[in-house]
Amino acid sequence: MSPRDSVDTERARRLMMAALDGEISPEERRELDGMLETNSEIREEWEQMNRVKEVTSAMALREPPEEVWGEYWTSVYNRTERGIGWLLLSLGSIVLLGYGAWKWIEAVFQTEDLPLLPKVAILGVAFGLSVLVVSVIREKLFTKKHDPYREVQR
Amino acid sequence: MELALQDGTGESDELLVRRVRAGDTPAFGKLVERYMRRAYYAALGLVGSHEDALDLSQEAFARAFRARERLDPERPFYAWLYQIIRRLCFNFVRDRRTRRRGIESASSWLVQQATARSTDNPQKTLERREARERVTEALESLPDRDREILVLKEFEGLRYREIAELIGIPIGTVMSRLYSARRRLAAALEVKE
Repeated sequence: MSPRDSVDTERARRLMMAALDGEISPEERRELDGMLETNSEIREEWEQMNRVKEVTSAMALREPPEEVWGEYWTSVYNRTERGIGWLLLSLGSIVLLGYGAWKWIEAVFQTEDLPLLPKVAILGVAFGLSVLVVSVIREKLFTKKHDPYREVQR
Repeated sequence: MELALQDGTGESDELLVRRVRAGDTPAFGKLVERYMRRAYYAALGLVGSHEDALDLSQEAFARAFRARERLDPERPFYAWLYQIIRRLCFNFVRDRRTRRRGIESASSWLVQQATARSTDNPQKTLERREARERVTEALESLPDRDREILVLKEFEGLRYREIAELIGIPIGTVMSRLYSARRRLAAALEVKE
């Protein structure tokens, strides 16, 4: 297929879409008719497209129960309220947990009768836990969004 | 169908958006009531289940409200909302595929048009149900973007200019995508016949 043929085919396809969807001008319609008369491949595609259009035109989206609309705005409003609630709760919890952990570690290190080894071990546990939490949060917020294989069905 | 609508209140989207930005929650309620049906049907076409479409369209409004500071009163509200809806729906469909969970039922989100139902007899009813199930399955087998463009054109009845504005692509690309989507749908229907 020459570049010229490729351009003509692309043009014919767009004209076919416009004709099917009622968005074609009279001049374009004449142009399409000319192509259909002279090109059997385009004619075949045109017939196939008409069949598809006929099938989809016979379908409609199912309507939900009418009461859905009466409760719709209330549901949205409740969500917005809950969203703010969850945000404040999460932020507050993180600050409280961080502060509590800091105070606890501080208290452990100030205990004079505890040997150095358990103190270091406790510090290790606290640090390891923080790394794990940060890693999981980062995966949820960043890595998953940029995963190049996310479209691959496993 | 215009992207910016006015209802009986006579308030334009632009005015309502300005009020929402100023912290007027009832103004947002008016926008929700104005666009809830379109938002729901857009989500239904993309995810194919009533419960999920309801949940995702409501979530889209809630997110729009949370991000109201970024709303531009000069731009169509629904086009902005639609971007949130499609992102939520595409992510939802992707996660559902990953979890290998089937959708609620093969034929629950499409119905035969009233004009095609006029001559009722048991044989015809059966044939129509089979046809509807075949189309539903074929549509669900399409890539998300093909399905989206077909839903906007065939079920929401938007014009090319409106689709281009909603998705943010040139009109020529709308036509090319429609062509590819219809070709794939034709192939999917032929395989199932």
